[in-house]
Formats: sequence, C-alpha cells, structure tokens
Amino acid sequence: MEFLVASAIGILTAGGIYLMLRLRTFPVILGISLLTYAVNVFLFTSGRLTIAAPPILRDGVTAYADPLPQALVLTAIVISFGMTAVVVMIGLGAFLGSDDDHVDDQPDPETADAEGRS
Amino acid sequence: MSHWIIAPIVLPALLAPFIVLAARYHIGIQRALSLAGVVALVALASALAWQASDGTITLYQLGDWAAPFGIVLVADALSTLMVLLTSVLALFVLLYAIGSGWDNRGRHFHALFQFQLMGIIGAFLTGDLFNLFVFFEVLLIASYGLMIHAGGNARMRAGVQYVLFNLIGSTLFLFALGAIYAETGTLNMADLAQRVTFIGAEDTVGIRVAAVLLLLVFAIKAALVPLHFWLPSSYSEAPAPVAALFAIMTKVGAYAIIRVYTLIFPPELAATQGLHDLWLLPAALVSVAIGMMGVLAAKKLDRLVAFAVIGSMGMVMVTISLFTPEGIAAALYYIVHSTLAGAALFLIADLVRTGRGSLELTAQPPVAGAALTAALFFVGAIAMAGLPPLSGFLGKLLVLNASFSAPQAVWIWGVVLVSSLVSILGFARAGSLLFWKAKSVPVGEGAAPNAPPQALSYVAVGGLIGLLAAQTVFAGQLHGYTSKIAGQLFYPAPYIQTVLETPGKLSTPKEGH
Repeated sequence: MEFLVASAIGILTAGGIYLMLRLRTFPVILGISLLTYAVNVFLFTSGRLTIAAPPILRDGVTAYADPLPQALVLTAIVISFGMTAVVVMIGLGAFLGSDDDHVDDQPDPETADAEGRS
Repeated sequence: MSHWIIAPIVLPALLAPFIVLAARYHIGIQRALSLAGVVALVALASALAWQASDGTITLYQLGDWAAPFGIVLVADALSTLMVLLTSVLALFVLLYAIGSGWDNRGRHFHALFQFQLMGIIGAFLTGDLFNLFVFFEVLLIASYGLMIHAGGNARMRAGVQYVLFNLIGSTLFLFALGAIYAETGTLNMADLAQRVTFIGAEDTVGIRVAAVLLLLVFAIKAALVPLHFWLPSSYSEAPAPVAALFAIMTKVGAYAIIRVYTLIFPPELAATQGLHDLWLLPAALVSVAIGMMGVLAAKKLDRLVAFAVIGSMGMVMVTISLFTPEGIAAALYYIVHSTLAGAALFLIADLVRTGRGSLELTAQPPVAGAALTAALFFVGAIAMAGLPPLSGFLGKLLVLNASFSAPQAVWIWGVVLVSSLVSILGFARAGSLLFWKAKSVPVGEGAAPNAPPQALSYVAVGGLIGLLAAQTVFAGQLHGYTSKIAGQLFYPAPYIQTVLETPGKLSTPKEGH
C-alpha cells in the first residue's frame, strides 16, 4: 500500500510538472491541479497510512487514524479549488483580451521582425 | 485572556463583506468606511505594539483550546512592529487610492483592500504554521483581485503569471507542511521548536527537506533571486496603490524567514547547518546585484522601481542570512525603511504617469506638476539608493556594520557598495530623463497638457516621505528597539513557554465533569 500511494504521488507530481512546463494557460492550470492532487494525497499520508481505524476516540478501540491530516487536506482542497476557479477566470479574461494563451512574455512582434525572427 | 490581539484580523474581515453588501454602489460610503477601518487599525496596532514593547508576549488561544491542539495567535515585539508598519502603510496607500481616483476605476477595491490587510496581519500574528499558510492564501486571493483591478490586457496577462507563480508557491508550502507534520507530528511553531531538537542525527532527512522547501516558499514571497521572476511585471502592471501595498508583501516572506529560522530551525541546529551562509547569503547578494542592475537598465519607471524593490529585498536578506542579533536588528530597521521607500516610489511613479501619460524613460514633453513631483522623486530616490541624509543611508551603514565580523564580509561590502553606486546612477539617469530632458523637447502643436495630480495624492506621498524622515531622526530609538526585538528572537524560551504552558479549555476541567 505504501508503494501504491507513493508512486501515485510521484506520477501525479511528474505529470503536473510536465504540464506546467508547457507554458500555455490551459495545460499549466491542469498541471497545477494535478500538483494539488498530489499534495493532497501527500498531506493525507503525513499522518501515516492506517486501514479501518477510527479518527475519533471510542471505547474499546486501540488503533486510531490521525484526524489532523484529514482536516488539513480538507482545508487544502477547499483553498486549491477556489484558487483554480480564480485562475481559470483570470486566464480566460487574459486570453479573450489579447487572443494569446502563452503564460510567458512573448517577444514584441515589432522588435522580433526587426531582428529577422518571426 | 485579552481579546484585543485578534481585533486587527476581525476588524477588516468584518468590514470587507459589510462594504460589499451595504455600500456596493456608493463609492463615497465605501471610502469613508474603509478609511475609518484603517484608522482604527492603526490605533489597534499602536496599542498592541505599545503592549509588546516592554517584551511581554501575549497569547490568544482561539476557542480557548490550549496549544499545540488549538490554533494560537502570538503578539510579540516583532509581529506587533510588522502589524503597525502594515497599518500605517495601508493608511497612506488608501489616501492615495482615494485621492488619485484609482479606487473608482474598477469594482470592490475597498473590500479587497480590507481582505488583503486581514491576510497580511494574520500572517504576522499567527503562531501556527498551517494557519500561516491559510493567511498567505487569504492575502494572495485578495491580491489577485487587486492586481487586476481596473482591468486591461497587459494587466490581465501579468495577473495570470502572478497567480500561477503563487499557486506553485502554495503547493510547495503544502509539501513542506506535510513533510514537517510527518516528521514531528505538530505544526505549532513553539511546539516544533522543541520537537525538532529531539530528532536524532541520522533521521534528519525529512526535516532537512522540509526546511529547504519552506525556505524556497518564503524566498518566492520575498522575491529572492532566482525566484524573483514574478515580481517585475506584476508590480509594474499592478495599479500604483496596489503595488505600493504589495511593498509589504515581500516583507511577509522576510518576516516568515526570520520567525521560522530563529525559532524552529535556529542557526545552531545541526540538521539545517549551512542553509543560511551557504545558500541564503549568495542568493541574497545576487539579488542585490540583479536588482540594482535592473534599476540602471530599466526602460520604464515602474519597472525601475520594481527592480529597486528586488535590490532592497536582497539587502534585507543579506542581513538576515547573517543570523546574528546585530544582523536581525539591522534587517528589521532596513525592512521598515525599504517598505516605506518602495511604496513611496511606486506612488511617485504614478504621479509621473498622471502628469505625463507614459512611464517610458525617454525624453518627452514636460510633466504636469513637475516641480513637486520631481522634488518628491529626488527625495524618494535618495532614500532608496541609500544616500545621506535619509534612512536608507543609515540602514546601509547598519547592514555594513553588522556584516563587518562575518567571514564573507569582503563579498558583502563589495556587492553592497558597488551596487549602491549603480543604483545611484540608475536613479540619476531616470530623474534627469524624466524632468530635465523634458525642457529640451518641443511641445507638440495643440497637444492638451495633462492635468496635474490631485492634492490628496501629494499628501499621501508626502506622508510616506515624512515617515522616512522621522525614521532618520529617530533612528537611534528605532534601532534600539529592533535590537531588543532581535534579542527576544535569539532567546525564544519565553515565547515557547508562553505558548505551551498557558492552560486552555481542556487543561482546567470544570467541576462536575
């Protein structure tokens, strides 16, 4: 199970970083979403992996799951969800305004022509 | 338990939705409410700073839960000084926004401004690392709205870059928090300070990774080279009052580094040895150099100011990375100076834009209201470049003095002194192009001259300059106070004791339970 979770985090992170390096708004936002999924799973595992253990104190139970990471993940999910919505709106506004979805600054067309590049 | 500590967070948090709900369509009422809120904030912050000035550490347990189980707010001398700085800066920035009419060029400026203040002040006051993350997000989401206030294509594009960069920073922050929690089982700063020392010498891999990740996150916030790429375009494209308020946001990163790396990972901790002198100091020196070169190379005034901010953040980080009490004292003095000077310069750049129509550093017809604007630019540039007689000079003297006995003193002195010369050249070039060369350009036929800026704008900028002058006059007192703060930071036992040993709800069960 440790192997499964760890490789899932690794694959999500790798995919997220790859998509972020595409430097176009849509892939970058998808990449950041993947990265936030990875970090959510990572936060979840920071309280150790336990199966079928309650997070709340009960009589007659000796093994417990750590409840704090679950609260942390919940907060992180809410925040990253809101942030993704904001960045989608701002990215859409920028794309509709300038008809260009590059994340990085593009060379000025006039200077680029003057230097003989397209 | 005094409830006053949480008041500077609750006040803007309640005021902002009230402004949205009750005064949506009335810019006059919004301005009055926002201004009243910030004035009250200055009063609250002064009271808290006064309370903490004799070294008392005040604790506020949210929901009366004792640390480390509950979230705590801690008001010590450092955090109350930063809260006071934030609220005073906010007052003048708000005056400028009202005077120049920036707040009326888009919707909801005042509500976002209040949320931004809530986030910044919360980040300064919290005693819990995860809570610090939450307040970072509060201040960031408000800053996204402020950054694209009044719209425009260039601003939207810069806004996308700014938001994406900060989202990556937040994700890194969460990775760091996860690693810290997995290693220690707590996120309360005082509790962490104790538990980190118990980690065995061979089990430090996780905590070292976490310490480096945290440093990366705070360095992104503090715009340390090579993580500074988000700053120039977002600060120069942001509306001027917003950019001036953002001058405190880079200091949030510096504050977090000071707090975490004196309390949790102090320089004498074996696990994180070499992090400051081997990594932080060279990066800070490169920041100073890049920032000042950017000042000389900038083609527009707003980018020039943005690079000056990078350079002065580098100066702050150089002094912090010494991690000596003298270094931290000098850094705190320089933080106050650099916040005020950076904000004043962003506002002055906007005065130039109002009177001239563009910020290109080329010879163009005269600036409307040139006499006063030029005088303010002159004073602001002197302060930022670190020439006598203003506080920048004293700040740099303190920085040089604090680094005199460090092993890397040659490098620090060399970079600081040479880059100061470069920045003086840069500011002199910009000032003469803007104000002197204008006399030699013939005014086009029939070109209507721009209206000079409003009087209230000048009052706001003059107020910031006045604060810089006051910081120079009372430099002895202020430096004495920052030395006292540094002493408190390097002797964290009372902080840890106050946080961990104050009983809460569960520690003192009521009768009959």
